[in-house]
Amino acid sequence: MHDMSVPAAHHHAPPTSFIRKHVFSLDHKVIGKQYYGLALLAAYVGMGLSWLMRFHLAWNSTAIPGLQFLSASGAPGGVMTPEYYLQLMTMHGTIMVFFVLTTAPFAAFGNYFLPIQVGAEDMPFPRFNMMSFWVTFTAFLVLMSSFFVGDGPTLGGWTQYAPLNAIGAVGGPGQGTGVVLWATSIALFCVGQLLGALNFISTTLDLRVKGMSLMRLPLSAWSWFITSCIGLTAFAVLMPACILVILDHVAGTSFFVASGLVMNDQVLPHSGGSTLLWQHLFWFFGHPEVYIAIVPSMGIVSHILLANQRKQMLSQRVLIYSMGALAVLSYMVYGHHMFVSGMNPFSSLAFSFPTLVITIPSTIIVLIWTFSLYGAKLRINSASLFSLGFISMFVSGGVSGFFLAQPSIDIMLHATYFVVGHFHLVMGVAAMFGIFAGTYFWFPKMTGRMMNETLGKAHFWLSFVGAYCIFMPFHYLGMAGNVRRYSTFTDDFLQPLIPVHRFITIAALITGAAQLIFLFNVIYSRFKGAPAVDNPWEATSLEWSTATPPPFDNFGGKHPIVYHDPYQYGVKSSVGDYVMQTSPEQVETEFEEK
Amino acid sequence: MAKFFAATIVVIAILSAIPILRHTWTAPEDISTHGALIDEQMSETMAEAGISFLAAQFILAFFVWKFSNRAPDAKLKKFPGGAKGLVIGALLVVGIEVMALGIFGVKAWANVYLDAPSANAMPIQVQAGQFAFYFRYPGPDGKFGGLHPELINEGSQNIFGLDPEHDVDARDDIVAAEMAIPVNKEIHLLMHAKDVGHSFFVRELRVQQDFVPGLDVSLHFTATKIGKYEIVCTQLCGLGHYNMKAYLEVMSQQDFDDWLKKQGQ
Repeated sequence: MHDMSVPAAHHHAPPTSFIRKHVFSLDHKVIGKQYYGLALLAAYVGMGLSWLMRFHLAWNSTAIPGLQFLSASGAPGGVMTPEYYLQLMTMHGTIMVFFVLTTAPFAAFGNYFLPIQVGAEDMPFPRFNMMSFWVTFTAFLVLMSSFFVGDGPTLGGWTQYAPLNAIGAVGGPGQGTGVVLWATSIALFCVGQLLGALNFISTTLDLRVKGMSLMRLPLSAWSWFITSCIGLTAFAVLMPACILVILDHVAGTSFFVASGLVMNDQVLPHSGGSTLLWQHLFWFFGHPEVYIAIVPSMGIVSHILLANQRKQMLSQRVLIYSMGALAVLSYMVYGHHMFVSGMNPFSSLAFSFPTLVITIPSTIIVLIWTFSLYGAKLRINSASLFSLGFISMFVSGGVSGFFLAQPSIDIMLHATYFVVGHFHLVMGVAAMFGIFAGTYFWFPKMTGRMMNETLGKAHFWLSFVGAYCIFMPFHYLGMAGNVRRYSTFTDDFLQPLIPVHRFITIAALITGAAQLIFLFNVIYSRFKGAPAVDNPWEATSLEWSTATPPPFDNFGGKHPIVYHDPYQYGVKSSVGDYVMQTSPEQVETEFEEK
Repeated sequence: MAKFFAATIVVIAILSAIPILRHTWTAPEDISTHGALIDEQMSETMAEAGISFLAAQFILAFFVWKFSNRAPDAKLKKFPGGAKGLVIGALLVVGIEVMALGIFGVKAWANVYLDAPSANAMPIQVQAGQFAFYFRYPGPDGKFGGLHPELINEGSQNIFGLDPEHDVDARDDIVAAEMAIPVNKEIHLLMHAKDVGHSFFVRELRVQQDFVPGLDVSLHFTATKIGKYEIVCTQLCGLGHYNMKAYLEVMSQQDFDDWLKKQGQ
């Protein structure tokens, strides 16, 4: 920790050139904004892909004007081919999981606010931090390039199951170059996240200012810290797995291809690989990835709700321990993705129980959030609405986990739209709501301008109702046995379900359009929004005690000293019903009962 | 706006529950001996998940309704039970609930996966390949011929790679593009993939199992109702995945014997 009496000496000087200031910047705040911009771009690309997919599912012989210009062979005359549907679906999943859900709540907000919330001037390894963003950006470019190379992106889904991912072009369109680009992109992404995780962990542990004990860290900081611990181990497993896939393509190895497989009446020139090995490696990353996506939003939402409910949480400590429990359990449950994969059926039972147990910390977290609202003075604004919406979505997506945690029920629901509904609500929409809440809340600090509240609320209502209209029916479809990853529903039993798909598509088009309101709001407010004061929400943590936007070294050449827990709301102080972490003022709580 | 938010959550929660309560979209009637346990497990889970879902949404709605936009001089209150009460409650209620689900669910799983098939179960082999299922019956000798991947030739209809010239057991093997089984007879399904991963899903049979290239997987089940059902692939296997299907015909023993004889000719 730093000595409070010594003025801060920043370990890298403020840049002067445009390139160093805005492109290859070492400043965690610029890097955070770069991550945010990347996530925003990726989110709209991913959403555009989902529009195309949803339209095709509802009206699959209708041309989508202009689609033929994206791929003449994938969409002749604008009508999507089955393989192009799968290629777009794979890109949608990959872009959303990696470049949006991991990038925005963790890398973007974490980069910007973690050092400020601990009172540091920057992260300890600014060059690694810069490299982390640019490697991630390169990963995105590599992934996007697969749209334009060879026969297009891989069609194997974001899970890229073996051996389809390893046998090469013979497996279908995109299974040659497309897979290699996919695996290269994800391996690079892992490098970026590992560099980021190292910085996050060391920032949290080593750069806290005087008075900032671990238990005085805001919940958002805790969530980024826990997430970086998960990421450090999860991405370290996915990266070699991707490298092995690339080797199967370019070096003639057979890590994931078994002997004696036949395509087009020819025995494949591979032997001795294991199909299930890929699934174990992938899900050892893949399940923790769910928590990499959702835990930061849990922290962000807690942070925002506390500032808006104007009272302390029932127990911050319980929330932190529960998030930690999720992180630990996340490695012990991954096999629930593989109940019917052909692994030993006893393993399915062994993976089932920890999966069921994970509902306990999840329930505790929801109960703490909800019952902390009891007796509050809740302020309603775009940020708090999205935070409350997050809780509702997390519950709705979470309860379907009860079903999928049980191998016997998974026999019926595995690979159906029930699963798609479950993960879209619990890690997709919920995490997106965390990102939106974070944006409305922190935008003033990041840009010096307020976002438009009217547009924000319109965005919330359309997104909240729209997301339920899209994803709740997914569960019903799954219960009726609607298999996922079908480009067209030709089976007899799927015919009666097509009207439900049309309803979902209309809801998706409207909800997607509502996201354009958000985009407009971000761009408009960035330039024309009302000027923001330093602490517009009357919040307590360190980011609100510095200037808006924060100076290059975050605290203007000084190290703040921390005197309080992060959420001293509901007190009587000289400034109102809160006291800043940096204020030495002694205060009394305002509760009825003491 | 807070009250509107609360009302919206309540309406969404109720509307979400209606199709469940009315059984608008559900799995088709079960036609297996083991499926009842799965269905029962599903109903119990639905009851517990449903109650948790409604309770959580209603409590959230109630607190938002009651504690938003209060007067500046309104007093803050702490939830009387405190965090300790909630944690103990969650540990006890949710812990017991999920453990009970887990323990009771073991039986349903064991029926399909842990219990061995009976000795007189009828063996049928299924091979999955892009983008079709093929089925093989051992013929009158009751023995399957060996598989030789290098002999697979779809043009000459050697789908499984059999070698009848040198392999006596393979000579009477019967290969079909649809699956027929006698009603009320236990089937031992021997599954292998020709090329990439596939899956075998029959909703009515309450059966879903992946094919693992390079690994032999088996299943056993008994169908209890005569009829024609769809077998579909649920593991993304390539561009024709959506169209990879076959039919399962459950027949009387007599009809099955006739069918098998006809296939063998």
